Amino acid sequence: MDYFVQQLINGLTLGSIYGLIAIGYTMVYGIIGMVNFAHGDVFMLAAFIALILFLMLTQLLGVGSLGLALLVVLVLGMALTSLWGWVIERLAYRPLRGSFRLAPLISAIGMSIFLSNFVQLVQGPRNKTLEPILSNVLVIPVGDGSVTLAEKQLLIMVVTAALLGVLWYVVRHTSLGRAQRACEQDRKMAALLGVDVDRTISLTFIIGAMLASVAGLLWMTYYGVVSFSDGFVPGVKAFTAAVLGGIGSLPGAVLGGLLIGLIETFWSAYFTIDYKDVAAFSILAIVLIFLPSGLLGRPDVEKV
Amino acid sequence: MGAPADALKRALIVGLVTLGLAFPIVALRTDANFSNQLVLTQRWGLAFTLAGIAFVAAFLLALVRPVGFERTTPGKTVTSTPPHPFLRYLPYIGLAFLLAYPFIALGISSAGGTGVLKLVDTYGIQILIYVLLGLGLNIILGLAGLLDLGFVAFYAVGAYSSALLTTTFGLSFWLVLPLAGILAAFWGVMISLPVLRLKGDYIAIVTLAFAEIVRLVLVNWVPVTGGYAGISSIPKPTLFGFSLGSEPGSLPYMLGFPPSPIYRLAFMYYLVLALALAAYWVTIRLRTLPVGRAWEAMREDEIACRSLGINTVTTKVTAFAAGAFFGGLAGAFFSAHYGFISPKSFEFLESAMIVAIVVLGGLGSMVGVAIAATVMIGGTELLRELGLLKAVFGPDFDPAQYRMMLFGLAMVMLMVWRPKGLIATREPTVRLKPPATRGAPAAVPAE
Repeated sequence: MDYFVQQLINGLTLGSIYGLIAIGYTMVYGIIGMVNFAHGDVFMLAAFIALILFLMLTQLLGVGSLGLALLVVLVLGMALTSLWGWVIERLAYRPLRGSFRLAPLISAIGMSIFLSNFVQLVQGPRNKTLEPILSNVLVIPVGDGSVTLAEKQLLIMVVTAALLGVLWYVVRHTSLGRAQRACEQDRKMAALLGVDVDRTISLTFIIGAMLASVAGLLWMTYYGVVSFSDGFVPGVKAFTAAVLGGIGSLPGAVLGGLLIGLIETFWSAYFTIDYKDVAAFSILAIVLIFLPSGLLGRPDVEKV
Repeated sequence: MGAPADALKRALIVGLVTLGLAFPIVALRTDANFSNQLVLTQRWGLAFTLAGIAFVAAFLLALVRPVGFERTTPGKTVTSTPPHPFLRYLPYIGLAFLLAYPFIALGISSAGGTGVLKLVDTYGIQILIYVLLGLGLNIILGLAGLLDLGFVAFYAVGAYSSALLTTTFGLSFWLVLPLAGILAAFWGVMISLPVLRLKGDYIAIVTLAFAEIVRLVLVNWVPVTGGYAGISSIPKPTLFGFSLGSEPGSLPYMLGFPPSPIYRLAFMYYLVLALALAAYWVTIRLRTLPVGRAWEAMREDEIACRSLGINTVTTKVTAFAAGAFFGGLAGAFFSAHYGFISPKSFEFLESAMIVAIVVLGGLGSMVGVAIAATVMIGGTELLRELGLLKAVFGPDFDPAQYRMMLFGLAMVMLMVWRPKGLIATREPTVRLKPPATRGAPAAVPAE
């Protein structure tokens, strides 16, 4: 029982990070119908930015308080990553708007290759290992045993939940969210009604990059290791999560992320760690065969 | 405001944004020191140089094109003119060039260029492998319009099945080559089944997941695949039982040629050229058959296709099977040519490259696939060589490091510049009524 609860905690932690990345995929897909393949690499870049900023604050500027350092890294990292997100959208995707369907996807794949190799070039190909932070654990008794909950796991879950709350508020109750939902339904009509479509799309990319930045920081705190090639696998899994939950749906992305995290953790805990990704991808294929539009996605209505 | 002032303002913004992008990731480099702690190296100079370059470039660009670098016309419409008479002979000239290529390479290298082995191997065989792969994916993506992001899986299945069959059972390459194709086609059918109910980008993610599953199985099923170590010493193909190396008993030895690795290389070059030409010819034939017409009809409009009574299930399955067959052939050739395979050769990047080749070739145009493969693969290979860049940036500059980064950048820029591909998109092979503006009858394949 305690082993099960322990794995549940680990799975939810990992799933929260996947969920945060998955929102970036699902929002962009919802609004312009494009798979932003470079999003995984934006996440990797964000993890690097977080790592560098953290080192800069603690080593060069001598900030003693860990909490203050993490807070500054969070805010500054979000700003810098969203700048990247904005520039990528502006240069690689906006010129292709209204082009044929595959053009932005190819451009995004190119961007993904560019970003990972750019980071390899400027930061070197080796893994970057940070000494563990926030690794105090809380021991919680469960049944006849006990489980441990590390501070950083708690931090990840709390930050994710708080961000989702903010995001839900933004999408439901602000003019930006209204514009986003309008663009999602009908971009041309929204433009006719005075919504600045280009600006809304840019802001969507910025929000996606911000969430990826938080995910990168949390990933960096949780694992303590970052490498230039870390963008692809979490990116694909987060995209899988978005599809699993029903692409275009925000709660679906979070649900999908949590499910992928749980599947992966439980598979490694009870079966074999070698095939954990195979399990996640197989379940994706199986779910899509029976529910072609994902768990919470709206079924596509084809209009002729 | 005057144009220079406007340009200056624009350039300032670009420079500042570049500085912002470069601030943590370029200006501070993380390195592990001796006690394995991360320390920062400050490189502010580099960051400011980059921002300065961006500023100057943006200023010059804004002076030349004051509206900024946004595209004002959304792509020009294709005006079709009757083909120049020269163009009609172009395929034959191209074919003659391909057939003569090893001899041309020999001529270049004796005239003091790079080694002939490298010219034939890297620029000949490697590009042709990608042409073959591109022609395979062209059937799935270009003709049938199914976005397969995991084409490398079929390549891997072909390579591993041929390698295992030749090393374990000692089968001949010539028997294994069609077998590898058939096995890959079988996997093509398998993957097409879950894809049947899906559309558009869902197909992309399922095929991508499938390719990752195949790769992970190759990595983890160590007793059979050897894991990361891969399979080595795969026997080389023979010609009617004669080896093409230089050892006693081989064909060149018996013919009395001086020992050289060029004979085998030339043989492999002609083999892959023959495979690529066969794929080209088969695709041309398939396109005019009912199944090929159904592929193109499905690419144009799946709903219309279904309502006209075309069975989209068999159409999708056959497209995947036919495309995967050529992927399998390419894999078998790859394993026999290099004699060593490992999961490293079958990563997502390969799929991305093949998709890029097909899309840049103009989705469905086979000549386009060949040209795009030459540009993308040859271009990135060429980047390894450039001694010129070394002269500009000093002896420490290693162009190979920038190879993949520039490859990615080239993909983005080519897409922004020519979203429809280097060559124009293929029209459907068969039309009910040819458009009046076209010079040649549309029922005749244009290539």
